[in-house]
Amino acid sequence: MEKEKGMGMTVNLGIVKIPLMTLGRLTVSMIQEMGRIAIFFFKGFFLIFSFPLQISKIIQQVYFIGMKSVLVICLTGAFTGMVLGLQGYYTLVKFGSEGLLGAAVALSLIRELGPVLTAIMVIGRAGSAMAAEIGIMRISEQIDALETMDISPIRFLVSPRIAASLISFPLLTALFDVVGIIGGYISGSVLLGINKAIYFSRVESSVLMDDIIGGGIKSLVFAIVVSTICCFQGYYTHTRAEGFGAKGVSLSTTSAVVTSCVMVLVVDYVLTSFLL
Amino acid sequence: MTHPLIQFKHVSKKFGGNVVLEDANLDINQGEIITIIGKSGVGKSVLLKHIIGLMEPDSGQILFQGQPLSKMKKKERKALKRRFSYMFQNMALFDSMTVFDNIALPLKERTSLAKEEIQRRVKEKMNQLDLEEIDDQYPSQLSGGMKKRVALARALVTDPAIVLFDEPTTGLDPVRKNAVHSMISDYQKRFGFTGVVVSHEIPDIFYISQRIAMLHEGRILFVGTPDEIRQTSDTIVRQFIRGLEVRHDTLTGITPQPQGEKRFREELARLQRHKIAFSLIIFKVKNLKEINEKAGHVVGQTVLRNFTKELRRHLRLTDTCYRFGMNKIIVVLTNTDFDQARLACAKLSRDMKLDEIFGPYRQEGLDCLVRVGFAEAQEDTPYETVIATAESMENTLDEFCFF
Repeated sequence: MEKEKGMGMTVNLGIVKIPLMTLGRLTVSMIQEMGRIAIFFFKGFFLIFSFPLQISKIIQQVYFIGMKSVLVICLTGAFTGMVLGLQGYYTLVKFGSEGLLGAAVALSLIRELGPVLTAIMVIGRAGSAMAAEIGIMRISEQIDALETMDISPIRFLVSPRIAASLISFPLLTALFDVVGIIGGYISGSVLLGINKAIYFSRVESSVLMDDIIGGGIKSLVFAIVVSTICCFQGYYTHTRAEGFGAKGVSLSTTSAVVTSCVMVLVVDYVLTSFLL
Repeated sequence: MTHPLIQFKHVSKKFGGNVVLEDANLDINQGEIITIIGKSGVGKSVLLKHIIGLMEPDSGQILFQGQPLSKMKKKERKALKRRFSYMFQNMALFDSMTVFDNIALPLKERTSLAKEEIQRRVKEKMNQLDLEEIDDQYPSQLSGGMKKRVALARALVTDPAIVLFDEPTTGLDPVRKNAVHSMISDYQKRFGFTGVVVSHEIPDIFYISQRIAMLHEGRILFVGTPDEIRQTSDTIVRQFIRGLEVRHDTLTGITPQPQGEKRFREELARLQRHKIAFSLIIFKVKNLKEINEKAGHVVGQTVLRNFTKELRRHLRLTDTCYRFGMNKIIVVLTNTDFDQARLACAKLSRDMKLDEIFGPYRQEGLDCLVRVGFAEAQEDTPYETVIATAESMENTLDEFCFF
């Protein structure tokens, strides 16, 4: 511990210095990491448009990220909508305004729950797979092999995934919203007996184009956040200090899922505050 | 002034506190096969990775045709990279792609060739490397040897100018190992690429390398021709080579070259002391290249192996048979003068059967041409002269045409 003598008294500077230094170091490394992720994303994004376009690879990824998530999205969407219908009904009925259920379900789904829950479901299904697949390619030198062949690994592996996410996320979100609204209808109207026509007319009258656009923007931003973080974690598996090889891949996958989930929620708050 | 193709100048590289390269200097010339040997973990792969730019040196420079790699523009480096191919130690095949897609990938991604042309080229390489009918399989379904050959096919499919081989034969059986060596050598002659090989296969790799470089404790300790490295007085190099040199040639099971030469010297001493004549026959499989091209390198190596087997069967127990280069075999006949050697040759050419040589690979229109030459050793003629005499005879002796 460092001690400094001044004016005849001993001041223990360590108590002040060490936490400050640690904080500074952490902040700097975090900002560096964010910068690296941003560069990684821009490289990946702009390489989507480099010629020749990798159409078939993008379609494959859309199939994997989008098409194969449809069932999961339908299930989660339906039950989210149903539980919203249920909860909303019991709250609204206290004020005698259960007729507004349609509006409540539709707005909360389109503006908030649709994009967020879709993103989180896709992270679990496809994001973890991206990190693991790219991570394994890294540790088995397949990425080095691409580099020696002068094939840009970012263009080959990351760009199609970013492109496919940008296509799939809004579509999956839309699907989630529609299924959710139907779920709310099932629990609210079919099971609890709100007038069916009122439910749908409230949906129609309350949802504005701005809400849908806002939800769409969110889903696009989430697509970028999720695909970039998951690919990034896999791509730099080998630089992890805590574990190499299979252990490194497992750590990258975990941190890909955790980081992107957290980031989705953080970004959601920021976006909402801007969009409102 | 002409520069070597690739030059390492005082290259150092550390990983954490672990010094891997320290002031390494090496010149690689255009069109040669240079082999880098050294203990495991000494940094041979690291050296290769520096050439292709997968790693950057901490200090020192790597020059390509006199131009430092670090000062090249991105575009130049990119263009340069396209002339390289790298065969990874652990193959690094894309495990989620089929064998065909693996080999076709560099062509698909880097060239604008038509689909049919890509298919033709890939098929051609697959046939040459004995990889038929596995197009649709995945790397994990293949044996280790097959994976090696797929990786080799992928490295060669782009017709590169410089090929870096990181232990291309580890884990292969002797026939396939030698087939890979003869493939490297043949392709190198045909396409004229520069080959840098990291290998432990001593002495097999000596047959195809023009120069050998030994890496030891981060430095290039020795560079020279295979003959020079065998005769070097450096104790570390000598110990290393001795340690790895096998008692029997891995392909043919016969004595390797150094021991064969030792045997020659013993016989020479006997001749000088006791006047016991001895002769030397040199066999050369003339059309090994043709066999390789027509039937594949595995067949070529099998022919070489079976020929040697047959030869040994017909020789006396006291005769020594050793390998002298890719397609040459020398027999030292004790107690034999020139005329007896001639008789022995005649007998051998009568007794040996083509069917035995080819085994299951026998096919129409495929012959094995073996040329033979012999010489009786004299008390005062050195080893090289005896071999030269025998070799000069090869082309004049038609009556001993084998098969």
